[in-house]
Amino acid sequence: MSNAVSALQGATSEGFAMITEAGLRGMITLRGDLSSAKLKKAVKSAAGVDVPAQRACNSAGAKAVAWMSPDELLVMVPYAEVVDATSRLAKALEGEHALAVNVSDARAVFTIEGEGGREVLAKLSPVDLSREAFTTGMFRRTRLAQAAVAFWLRDETTFELVCFRSEAQYVFDALSMSAKPGSEVGFL
Amino acid sequence: MLILECPYCGVKAEETELHGGGQAHIKRETVGSDDDAFEHYLFTRANPRGVHLERWRHANGCGKWFHAARDTTTLEVFGTYSAQTYVPPKAIIDAITAKRPDWSLNDWQGAT
Ligand SMILES: [Zn+2]
Repeated sequence: MSNAVSALQGATSEGFAMITEAGLRGMITLRGDLSSAKLKKAVKSAAGVDVPAQRACNSAGAKAVAWMSPDELLVMVPYAEVVDATSRLAKALEGEHALAVNVSDARAVFTIEGEGGREVLAKLSPVDLSREAFTTGMFRRTRLAQAAVAFWLRDETTFELVCFRSEAQYVFDALSMSAKPGSEVGFL
Repeated sequence: MLILECPYCGVKAEETELHGGGQAHIKRETVGSDDDAFEHYLFTRANPRGVHLERWRHANGCGKWFHAARDTTTLEVFGTYSAQTYVPPKAIIDAITAKRPDWSLNDWQGAT
């Protein structure tokens, strides 16, 4: 088995928020009927959390489930468990019109930490990131400059962001530039 | 700036998250249609000044296609609605005619 490495191998950039490439993360794209009892049960057993509400991310420890669209979830588990979790999901959903695919190596994950995190993202995405509008547990698919991304607010000062692996360097550079000291807008 | 609410994820998406898909409710021609019908289906599009019904895709978002009713000159949006329909729902038609009493779906240039 080859030695898996993440896109930027833990690169960091410290500005008025801390940008970190978060390393390997198990990620499963799950398509199916989100209201199905079978799917709900399978998700709960794979990730330990319930199917999230529209535009939400439910997380518990190293696992999380995010709402991608009315028929798609992103299931996150530790990287070492993803192959097993994918096959267990697929098995649990046998007979359903559903699909579970391991997309871990096609993605990159970043964390944006610190009080300035909202501002770092607000400069790059057409999303209302004010404290009132974007609250803990919210999940949003959007664009970051020219790259398709999704991010969620894990806790009051930590965003997690996922993008395509091939765009990891672009996203890292855009985030780092947005967090450059002295470029604070101070609005959010 | 055009802002459309995606009926699938509820995001009030601004234009740069969206991809325009042109005129909505086109009749799809298929096997057995004559050349004129195919030409019309493939190439003829309405380009009204005023109320228009369009397809949009929430490309940088949930990825779903949806419909929007808007005014091409004022950019006023009357509403967005599901892609799983051949005609706009009554609520959308009501929202349009509340502002444009003379408008009717049958007279819309896109109606075929
Ligand atoms: Zn959407």
